[in-house]
Amino acid sequence: MKDKKLKKVDLIFECNDCKPVEVLEKTLKRDQDEIILDIIDSGLKGRGGAGFPTGLKWKFTKNEDSAIKYVICNADEGEPGTFKDREILSRVPEKIFVGMAICGYAIGAKEGFLYLRGEYNFLLKDLNATLDKFNAQVKDLGLDFTISIKSGSGAYICGEESALFESMEGKRGEPRNKPPYPTVAGYNSKPTVINNVETLAYVTMICRLGAQQFKDMGTNDSRGSKVFSVSGDTPIAGIYELELGMTVQEFVNEFGDGDTKAVQVGGASGSCVPRKNFADTIIGFEGIPTGGSMMIFNSSRSMYNVLHDYLEFFAEESCGQCSPCRIGCQQLLKGIEAVKRKERNPQYLEDLKKLAATMKLASKCGLGQSVANPFTSIVDNFKEEIIY
Amino acid sequence: MTVKELVNELVEKHGTTHNSLMPVLQGVVQQERYLSEEAMLTIAEALDISAAEVYGTASFYTFLDTVPRGKNVIRVCKTISCHMQGKDEIIQALEDALKIKVGETTDNKRFTLLTANCLGWCHKGPVMLVNDEVYPELTPQKAVEIIQEYERNTK
Ligand SMILES: Cc1cc2nc3c(=O)[nH]c(=O)nc-3n(C[C@H](O)[C@H](O)[C@H](O)COP(=O)(O)O)c2cc1C
Ligand code: SF4
Repeated sequence: MKDKKLKKVDLIFECNDCKPVEVLEKTLKRDQDEIILDIIDSGLKGRGGAGFPTGLKWKFTKNEDSAIKYVICNADEGEPGTFKDREILSRVPEKIFVGMAICGYAIGAKEGFLYLRGEYNFLLKDLNATLDKFNAQVKDLGLDFTISIKSGSGAYICGEESALFESMEGKRGEPRNKPPYPTVAGYNSKPTVINNVETLAYVTMICRLGAQQFKDMGTNDSRGSKVFSVSGDTPIAGIYELELGMTVQEFVNEFGDGDTKAVQVGGASGSCVPRKNFADTIIGFEGIPTGGSMMIFNSSRSMYNVLHDYLEFFAEESCGQCSPCRIGCQQLLKGIEAVKRKERNPQYLEDLKKLAATMKLASKCGLGQSVANPFTSIVDNFKEEIIY
Repeated sequence: MTVKELVNELVEKHGTTHNSLMPVLQGVVQQERYLSEEAMLTIAEALDISAAEVYGTASFYTFLDTVPRGKNVIRVCKTISCHMQGKDEIIQALEDALKIKVGETTDNKRFTLLTANCLGWCHKGPVMLVNDEVYPELTPQKAVEIIQEYERNTK
């Protein structure tokens, strides 16, 4: 499959005869377990970054014995380089709401929430108007399910699911210990399905087109298509829905400016792929997974500045709850600054890499655990730029 | 409207459970641009929780300021994609126009200039928020014109 062409897809934003509510009406006539089996069969994995199989998440939550359950759409999109959820929210919000309602029906939840990052408050007016209409339509269809919107207030960590629940409960956005997982004890300690904006929009399309059409795209590990946010040194920055399974090389051929030196796949918490690895790195769950952020750097860019930016980001956004992450982020940042200023010798970078590896093991949540991804991949591949 | 009246109105709308705390805090910031000690004490009383808990939550969130801010809060995105597209020039132009540095508020209390992490417009940077409104694809001149427009419309 070496010369497989990069394939553009149009499922998420496609809106020719856009009546997502009709998909809901059709799906409500089906058996709950059958719907969940369909989602499992489609191979859909979470589009928020972690990539957990969506259907399984729903099944676990359905199996919980609880009168109260919740569906939450994670619209906290804060990973640097990601902006696709905003576009989905502003162009096809009904697809998201239908995905949530289908989930509510399938798992037996009566309430849904969309957690919208404060930076997207300008979307609130339109979203609430769409939602008022939508909630009434759901009622007319005889489904007892209501969606409302909760706002964030400028904290990247609240995109982490358990921190998001804490925030909705009026607390500091500090991630919880896991287990218990949200499927057992999420918002208000009740069984909760939390899915990314894009995941829920795909649910609607899978219910409309059938699992097979989705499954036919992509690879064994990464089924279907995905919306990518492309930025940096590219003449065509923007949002693109692409079939999964491409290599970084194929991606760069399409989006690069002819002088691409590195691609950061998966945002600040993702990994940096240098030119020499473009050809054999697959973008997807079998290679480097991404919530959609693809930042392209050409040879005019200093990778020291890139890493410095990311570390500053983590040092600011760490919730500070656990010491490996709180102190580690700051020390990594101070560490590369010291090497740059020649106050430390280059060998010190090896110590910093050990610190990053410790953070991966000892941090409480995904934030602290993933700092090693950009750190190690940039330091290993662009050592000269870090030192000199 | 006094802060007390504002809090009471918000509590009326959002309820008195712990889950109401965020919307109430957000509602106060929407009006006042920050949370004063009086506001936090009033909220604590209305929700029957400790003032420390209210402050604990408020102080966690970047957008829930606990120090006075100007009528208009400007947040310029500083993350890498906007960095590469010239956010430094935008900040410089705003600093010059407002005669303040990042983190400061103008003497007439009309503007506070801040930076923010990724605002989600990497393909259309540089970008800034003024209160809840978003302004992508900025040039230094455009940024200053936008601020002048706010200046004209602020009483
Ligand atoms: C630091 C951190 C930030 C996160 N931010 C987001 C986010 O903004 N949006 C999102 O959907 N998931 C985010 N996640 C992943 C969520 O915890 C969760 O896995 C996801 O919402 C599940 O939905 P999905 O299975 O549909 O992807 C974040 C995780 C971590 C550790
Ligand atoms: S890893 Fe970082 S963000 Fe996560 S709980 Fe620990 S301090 Fe907070």
